Amino acid sequence: MEHIRMPKVENVRLLDRLSSRKAAVGTLYLTATHVIFVENGSETRKETWVLHSQISSIEKQATTATGCPLLIRCKNFQVIQLVIPQERDCHDVYISLIRLARPVKYEELYCFSFNPKLDKEEREKGWKLVNLSEEYNRMGIPNSYWQISDVNREYGVCDSYPTEVYVPKSATAHIIVGSSKFRSRRRFPALSYYCKDNNASICRSSQPLSGFSARCLEDEQMLQAIRKANPGSDFIYVVDTRPKLNAMANRAAGKGYENEDNYSNIKFQFIGIENIHVMRNSLQKMLEVCEMKSPSMSDFLWGLENSGWLKHIKAIMDAGIFIAKAVAEEGVSVLVHCSDGWDRTAQVCSVASLLLDPHYRTMKGFMVLIEKDWVSFGHKFNHRYGNLDGDPKEISPVIDQFIECVWQLMEQFPCAFEFNERFLIHIQHHIYSCQFGNFLCNSQKERRELKIQERTYSLWAHLWKNRADYLNPLYRPDHRQIWGTLHPQMAPCNFLYKFWSGMYNRFEKGLHPRQSVTDYLMAVKEETQQLEEELAVLGERLANLQKLQLNGNKVKSKQQDRSKELALSASSNSLANTPQEYSNDLKSFPSRSPSQGDEEDSALILTQDNLKSSDPDLSANSDQESGVEDLSCRSPSAGGCLPSEDSGKDSDEAVCLAV
Amino acid sequence: MEFSELIKTATVESVLLSCAGQPAVKGTLCITSHHLLLSSCPGGDGQPSAVELWLLIRNVDAVEKRLVLSHRPVPPSVPSSMGVIPRCHPGTAEPPLPPLPRGPRQWALTSSSPPCPRVQNVGWYQPPRSSGSPRDNRLAGSSGTITLRCKDLKVLQLEIPGMEECLNIASSIEALSSVDSVMMMYPFFHRPQSLRLEEGWPLLPVEQYFQQLALQTTQWRLSDVNRDFAVCPTYPPAVIVPAAVSEETLRRAARFRQGGRFPVLSYYHSRNGTVMLRSGQPLTGPNRKRCAEDEMLLGSVLDDGERGFIIDTRSAQAAKQARMTGGGTEPKSSYPQWKRLHRPLERGRPLQESFIKLVEACNDASLGMDRWLGRLESCRWLSHVKAALSTACLAAQCLDREESSVLVHGAEGTDTTLLVTALAQLILEPGCRTLKGFQGLLEREWIQAGHPFHLRCAHSAYSHARLKQEAPLFLLFLDCVWQLSRQFPFSLEFSEGLLLTLFDNAYASDYGTFLCNNEKERCLCKVKESTHSLWAWLDQPEERKKYLNPLYSPNPLVIWPSVEPQSIQLWQGLFFRWIRSSQYLDEAWAEIWRLVEGSNTAVKESTESRLSRSLSDPTAPTENER
Repeated sequence: MEHIRMPKVENVRLLDRLSSRKAAVGTLYLTATHVIFVENGSETRKETWVLHSQISSIEKQATTATGCPLLIRCKNFQVIQLVIPQERDCHDVYISLIRLARPVKYEELYCFSFNPKLDKEEREKGWKLVNLSEEYNRMGIPNSYWQISDVNREYGVCDSYPTEVYVPKSATAHIIVGSSKFRSRRRFPALSYYCKDNNASICRSSQPLSGFSARCLEDEQMLQAIRKANPGSDFIYVVDTRPKLNAMANRAAGKGYENEDNYSNIKFQFIGIENIHVMRNSLQKMLEVCEMKSPSMSDFLWGLENSGWLKHIKAIMDAGIFIAKAVAEEGVSVLVHCSDGWDRTAQVCSVASLLLDPHYRTMKGFMVLIEKDWVSFGHKFNHRYGNLDGDPKEISPVIDQFIECVWQLMEQFPCAFEFNERFLIHIQHHIYSCQFGNFLCNSQKERRELKIQERTYSLWAHLWKNRADYLNPLYRPDHRQIWGTLHPQMAPCNFLYKFWSGMYNRFEKGLHPRQSVTDYLMAVKEETQQLEEELAVLGERLANLQKLQLNGNKVKSKQQDRSKELALSASSNSLANTPQEYSNDLKSFPSRSPSQGDEEDSALILTQDNLKSSDPDLSANSDQESGVEDLSCRSPSAGGCLPSEDSGKDSDEAVCLAV
Repeated sequence: MEFSELIKTATVESVLLSCAGQPAVKGTLCITSHHLLLSSCPGGDGQPSAVELWLLIRNVDAVEKRLVLSHRPVPPSVPSSMGVIPRCHPGTAEPPLPPLPRGPRQWALTSSSPPCPRVQNVGWYQPPRSSGSPRDNRLAGSSGTITLRCKDLKVLQLEIPGMEECLNIASSIEALSSVDSVMMMYPFFHRPQSLRLEEGWPLLPVEQYFQQLALQTTQWRLSDVNRDFAVCPTYPPAVIVPAAVSEETLRRAARFRQGGRFPVLSYYHSRNGTVMLRSGQPLTGPNRKRCAEDEMLLGSVLDDGERGFIIDTRSAQAAKQARMTGGGTEPKSSYPQWKRLHRPLERGRPLQESFIKLVEACNDASLGMDRWLGRLESCRWLSHVKAALSTACLAAQCLDREESSVLVHGAEGTDTTLLVTALAQLILEPGCRTLKGFQGLLEREWIQAGHPFHLRCAHSAYSHARLKQEAPLFLLFLDCVWQLSRQFPFSLEFSEGLLLTLFDNAYASDYGTFLCNNEKERCLCKVKESTHSLWAWLDQPEERKKYLNPLYSPNPLVIWPSVEPQSIQLWQGLFFRWIRSSQYLDEAWAEIWRLVEGSNTAVKESTESRLSRSLSDPTAPTENER
């Protein structure tokens, strides 16, 4: 609290980017964990909550006649424009936020104070939800080719690797240690994914310290061991995910890439994914495009093109597709690396796994995938996502890109994923929020030292508890689209990669489809299920009645006309919104309705908001609408679009009927 | 001249048909006066042959031939202009064909794509034997490839053995596809058995619309001043005009508007009684002529002190320049109650070129991700979509929010004007968003309102012919409707499938609905008497279902779309229909249907069960009431 110079400022205006007319006046509060803006007057008292850990930049702009503008950009792509009447207040808020947004100790992060009121047992259970050794068992490991190695216990060989690593059986501790000495940061080749159908595997490592000519016998033996663990193939692919030029430049620093001549039976392949700095700049450019004020179509498309973002997304996808193809179709094992093997390698391995194995396209499987390829293999969450104040050059949207790849796949394969877009958005949000302990620190070692599991809660348990919100209604375990490997279309299908406004313009609700098909279908699905259950219950009752001939039985017919209700719920989804500023000329013309459409606007928000109250942080945090949003859950008319209490009640009654 | 004179070779055997994303099929190719057919060779076990291709020749936009022997690509040939063919008696040229199932992808190869029904051997079709002459000693390898680029953007390749056959087929297709006489077109010969001729022709859509409106206001009347198309050749016989304005005033006002298109009512906004009018540009000319009747006509729409907006779909500059050629725009001094807004919308050649470029870009396999967006931008198609939607929203906003009446016009008032008025109605009026209502809207605001379909849709994006009056305004409209349907997935009763079918039919159709340029021409050609209506076909229960949106739920409100670039997407369902496989998306669509229908069945079942329960337990309801 000592950093808060100014806990409360009144008469602050919150601007709407899309419409300058819609500014809200309210009070700004700074707390130890959040910035809160509470709108004045309006009955709903709309609140906007922003976690300090979400703040990526704060910009104080030149004072104008109306006050001192403060621009807060968030890591979840929310942009908040405030105008504070007094310059002095603005400065105090600015200085306070600068400090609050850049904690220096882990203990300052929200997860150490966040308490969802779960007891110890529940918390522990939450942490056990995702279990990696179970996952390797699911893949069929250990088996006669692969085993778990304890060479890295106490992190003795590689401090950014997990203690439990899976390696080929023929790779002795001597080989592993020898190979690790020949690899950047001692990240030796270890198993990421194993395909039990054909024994092909995906392994990962960092770049070899080959320089211009160095060799390492153990490293060569290691790769040979990987090859031997797949008896069906006489070579392995070594995929260097960097552009060739970058890899060659690394040779000068004594690093580099594998020389095909030194390794028996490898095929070497470059896949040009750019480094974290390029990606950071690319995102920066794309966000500038997203922030443009009333851009033309050309501004937008050019901006998007020049940012190069979608090109990078495609590069990552292409790498994943290449590896998935090698494993599934050629039955060849692949070793993937980049420089340190914790950014691009994580992206590519997880995209490939997702394409290969339907399990990773389920909700649980996806959690496991992130836990396996990102968390356990030492993706540097703290550095990349700037949880603690650090080198800004370390920050890069690496996992954001992976999440976007998943979304792009979901767009192409609408029935193949058990979860929906909201699931991805919430995971992205929590990677930055530091509300849960999962993504703290840079490695497993650091997390163990901090005793994360004893002091914080797991995001996975939280998401799992609310899984109903994250289901994709089109997913059906018996649907053939979900089986086997996904084959995304390749060239010339560049158009398949689309701008994800649901993520990058996530808080600009006006830009998105006004009606959520996912929510509607979920409601329909639930409704159907309920009816079927009722039907079964009624059938049973009917049988009983006929059997017992109990005429005096008191039955309370609770059933309503479902079809009507369903229609109602659908229409509640179809709502009005307000026109945007289609014209500047109209403004000069006397407008008859200066305050037009406020009520519709809030109505719009009712179904627009993706973030539901089930997520305590998000609903509060997410915005403008949180107050309203809660209402929508309870309003009967919204019963269709949300799995509401009403429907729950009805089913209870239906059950009562049966008893 | 008979069609047969244009057909140099009627059948060729062993033709290989290929189409992107589908396995090639070999079969017998046959040209009739309106169709290109390919039936695959029957299997050895006496399997019946299947018709693999059934292509309306009118659908062919460009024919390119390449002869294999030369190994040198022959430059794409330009279809020769055939002139107008003397009429022959309808019905003599070709026997009536049995109806074929027609979905949005009907003209697809039907062999391997599961979503479209396989067109099985149609009984009446027998491969003619005339070509059985011993030609098998042709030079080995002497063959040609014909690439057919269709107006619906599909691309087909025919590999034809024999150079002469190849050339003949190509020139026959070219000749047949460029027959320009309306009455020679297929709709005059198409006789589906399930329909009667007079069915589905909307009875006086303007009159019907007036009847609705007359229930709410007496300020408007139906005028038959144009009953012989004498005042305005591109208006229908009946138009809705202010009640206070006499026929003579209309006649005089018409003389002051391009093409005689005097201001008429396009839409009555029942929420507040404001109206949307449309017209041609005023003929002010360089001398700033005025017309008292025109001023009076527009004045009569507004009460004293009321203001209206004129939305001119040209830039202020272009409107000014139009004065030099006799056109112009309403000067403030003469129309003091009207405020003019200029919203330039592209039309004519630039729009056609934008369409051509976009289709080119979509087909360009060499384009990398890093260049795709730039290329998309340079086509400017999405900019046109954004501009059209924004202008329609502006018109809607004037009516609904500013509560002011609106006059929309550009130059002729038959292109961008209709684009804006039709879209604005879709945004404002829930009634237009049903299948029936949308048909009515198209009839009133596009067909009857005189959008010159015949000229605008003569060629599509592939044609090498010199551009004349082609412009994809109707496609632009459909694209905007698609954008609305994407932003409001529950608010339109019809699905993307309908929009695709409308696009296909506007360019080449079995039906008469989109023939000719205006009502006058349609009367002359007796379109209503001698062709079937597309609506009749679409309204058949089994067809209708294909075009419904399972998620539809009537939305009584105005649907204000977002026109930010982030919200406007390329219509992949149209532009990539033949390029990428839509298998996974189709499966998703089927799944949506399954879910929604499942719920309906469940509702039905549960109602039934409740019924049966109350029958078996008659005391229950009374207990309930207690």
